[in-house]
Amino acid sequence: MAVIDRTDAPLDLDVDDLFGQYRTMFLIRRFEEAAERQYKAARIGGYCHLSSGQEAATVGAVSALEPDDLLITGYRCHGFALARGVPADAVMAELFGRAHGCAHGRGGSMHLLDVSRGYYGGWGIVGGQLPIATGMALSLVRQGKEQAVLCELGDGAVNMGAWHESLNLASVWNLPVVFMVVNNKYGMGTSVERASAEPDVFKRAAAYRVEGERVDGDDLEEVEWTTTRLLRAAREERKPAVLEAMTYRFRGHSVADAGLAYRTKEEIEERREQDPLTRTRASLVTRGVPLEGIEALEAEVEVEVEASIAFADADEAPSVDRLAAGMYAEGSEEQFERMRPGSPAGEEELVFAGGLGR
Amino acid sequence: MSASGVATTPTASTGVETMTYREALRLAMRQEMERDERVFVMGEEVGLFDGSYKVTAGLMDEFGPDRVRDTPISEEGFVGAGVGAAMLGERPIVEIMTLNFLLVAMDQVVNHAAKIGAMFGGEVRCPLVIRTPNGAGNQLTAQHSQSFDGWFAGTPGLKVVAPANPADAKGLLKAAIRDDDPVLVIENLPIYKEKGYVDVDAELLTPIGRAAVAREGGDLTVVAHSFATVRALKVAEKLAAERGVSLEVVDLRSLRPLDVETVAKSVAKTNRVLCVEEGWPSYGVTAEIAARIQYACFDDLDAPVERIGMAEVPLPYAKELELAAMPTEDRIERAALQVLELAA
Repeated sequence: MAVIDRTDAPLDLDVDDLFGQYRTMFLIRRFEEAAERQYKAARIGGYCHLSSGQEAATVGAVSALEPDDLLITGYRCHGFALARGVPADAVMAELFGRAHGCAHGRGGSMHLLDVSRGYYGGWGIVGGQLPIATGMALSLVRQGKEQAVLCELGDGAVNMGAWHESLNLASVWNLPVVFMVVNNKYGMGTSVERASAEPDVFKRAAAYRVEGERVDGDDLEEVEWTTTRLLRAAREERKPAVLEAMTYRFRGHSVADAGLAYRTKEEIEERREQDPLTRTRASLVTRGVPLEGIEALEAEVEVEVEASIAFADADEAPSVDRLAAGMYAEGSEEQFERMRPGSPAGEEELVFAGGLGR
Repeated sequence: MSASGVATTPTASTGVETMTYREALRLAMRQEMERDERVFVMGEEVGLFDGSYKVTAGLMDEFGPDRVRDTPISEEGFVGAGVGAAMLGERPIVEIMTLNFLLVAMDQVVNHAAKIGAMFGGEVRCPLVIRTPNGAGNQLTAQHSQSFDGWFAGTPGLKVVAPANPADAKGLLKAAIRDDDPVLVIENLPIYKEKGYVDVDAELLTPIGRAAVAREGGDLTVVAHSFATVRALKVAEKLAAERGVSLEVVDLRSLRPLDVETVAKSVAKTNRVLCVEEGWPSYGVTAEIAARIQYACFDDLDAPVERIGMAEVPLPYAKELELAAMPTEDRIERAALQVLELAA
């Protein structure tokens, strides 16, 4: 089987890179703390899944992407969007359901995206993004492009049929896709041990004859190093892979979950001592980055997060006259124009009144 | 082809050929693959095997295994792969062996493909075609004889078409391939072998969202789609000859968008209407049509809207039982006479 014990020396990140990545990790943490406050103030609705504690896995993996690589994720996606460079303003505005959110107020917390940055979305059905990632990779091959797809999923998704079908297709068709399992130990409240007959998720890659590797997901450099290597093999040799990043979410499954019914306070406290932010910050200090520099960066991020709230707060609500904007491609109005007579659904009348374009 | 889109006697045009429904579908795919590199076909047995129902026969030889891609038995996987490829601008045609099997990919169709345009605020599109046959009548029994047309047609974000003849099989499939949204093309097993006139002009499409008056008449409107249209046309011919009544058959062709206008115009003329489908009528296509008619044509109706479809049981095996369950020509005829208030 193709599982490799990593004995190589860890990637020695350039201190400037590390500084930038710490900034993104800190941005994600502060952004989500702010999002939780706004959720509790009822300015953000729906579900709101936070990723506090998972920042190293997120930023390490996204940092390994080339600018033209593609990213697709599940619904715990604030961090992935921010790491891929989606402006905090556009993400916060989306959480607020505003017109200038990255999905124009149609998607919310679970459906962030930015096609211009190769981010094809947060998807809300567990495992549903895997077959789509496979098709994106197929498309890259068909177009002769040396690019790869990074597909994020949670540990809860690995018992879905979509996981099996996607890994199988990726392998029989030699597709350039890396399936990154963010293993935070719990699918909602069900631990990996209670859910998976083989809880070492990376080993399951062997069933499809693809490489499977497990990393310390709280070690930024290890995540980036391994993701870089797997993405390169995907791009250059069309080798799909499974990357399992072991991490922990400090908060509940969503803001509505206290996260204590299925795990102890002690467990959470113990993991908080391994906080990837603290670890990465310490690594910066060890490498001689002056504390003042780090603190200045943190202050700058605080301002950016506050500004995103102000932006979202001031942004306009999407026009209700444009209820169906985007649902069908432009030009579809004509196809629907005869649906109206006596139509309680009233597509032509209600839905297309403001046109389909954005 | 007539203006209604239904095959009629060919004109002097050399572009009109007689071919089967199956061949018309193949012609559409071949023409579109020649026209557009982004078009490719994938599905179970579409390549080496030449297609479970031979619709794709010969295409792999012509276009190679990359553009006519055999898949494992893995509908959720390869329908989803079609979604992903379409999101990157490809034009995948995913063949599902029968509509029954599309249910195992339902999540990708309804929760994913149908949502992309709206859920992402129009930032990304999904020009995916799924083509699949349904159809009962060959003793294929409960798991292989179902029509879920209404389920899909009731899903905002999808478009659903269902050709009833070779000309529309070619024209609607081509329109679906060129459409920028996910389109489900529902084909029909019993009519794969039916022949008709097809204008082979590569630029002649059947517009999505337009019903056709497949036969003009003045006494009763029969609204149908797919194989039910074929049955209705036969009944119309019989009743014209035997009873001297004139049925107008409206072939919906497109279920979403739905051409209520053409239906309403016909009902305004005949004042009586029978809706027929191959699926279960409860909550089905005929339920939708009847609801539209009662609103649009309230003052036109001389009789209640009648509808028939499959008996609401899982389809049994024994030939006698299967026939008893199906919306056969006999049943359509009886229902038509009832709406016409004529003795059977």
